[in-house]
Amino acid sequence: MKARVHVMLKDGVLDPQGEAVRHALGGLGFGGVSGVRQGKVIELDLADDATEDTVKEMCEKLLANTVIETYQIEFV
Amino acid sequence: MKAAVVVFPGSNCDRDLAVAFRNAGLDVEMVWHKDTALPAGVDIVGIPGGFSFGDYLRCGAIAANSPICNEVKAHADRGGFVFGVCNGFQVLTETGLLPGALLRNAGLKYICRTVPLQVETTDSVFTQSYEIGEQINIPIAHHDGNYIADDETLAMLKGEDRVAFTYRENPNGSVADIAGILSANRRVLGMMPHPERAAESEHGNADGQRVFAQLTETLASA
Repeated sequence: MKARVHVMLKDGVLDPQGEAVRHALGGLGFGGVSGVRQGKVIELDLADDATEDTVKEMCEKLLANTVIETYQIEFV
Repeated sequence: MKAAVVVFPGSNCDRDLAVAFRNAGLDVEMVWHKDTALPAGVDIVGIPGGFSFGDYLRCGAIAANSPICNEVKAHADRGGFVFGVCNGFQVLTETGLLPGALLRNAGLKYICRTVPLQVETTDSVFTQSYEIGEQINIPIAHHDGNYIADDETLAMLKGEDRVAFTYRENPNGSVADIAGILSANRRVLGMMPHPERAAESEHGNADGQRVFAQLTETLASA
């Protein structure tokens, strides 16, 4: 079983890397990109009996810093 | 008085911090991240600068979950002193011993230069030798020193006089120019600038020396 964890900076937290990507897109001639937010995707290979609660605990303890980030868990 | 300096894979300011503690009259023991106990009788724990675990995932995140950090948390909970510099500050926010977080510098660049700081409180063992409002020049060397905290936390830090140092010329986008903060009991200090790199005349600048100057004396009476 595989779980995919999406970690994003919370809304309102400035994302300087996303801003740099937005500028770069503008420089390439792509108009109309009003915002870019950059996050990360973490894929976990899990035992078949792993539960969403366990993955949630992993997120809370290590994978995300909930002071500045949000996370979403997706089983694939 | 005894200090322990924690060493993670990728720490690179551990020996500088040990020298600063030693010059201040403390006995220093180095402890490894896999250790499951602090040396007996430790008064203060130093969390050094560097790039623990290669800054993977988030700066300080993996270090904060290492075995020794449980002991550091227990030490702080017992009222022990902890001093985190640079990556050590990031580790302390990741452990939850200090509030807020440190993000990538607003200008995206790694910054390595000496910057002017302002002393904001003298009510701590680390800042008692300075004057409030005094300017001191301390080196910074970081890519992720952009301090952030929500409005409620900021109001608490300011209301409780827990901002230790601010930047006079904000180099990294930190909210409220914050360079270093104290815990509620004022015994845990985390700061991005490196006072241990400006702590003796041979460094060409000893403005940071007073962070360590009175540790022995004050810890003995604490």
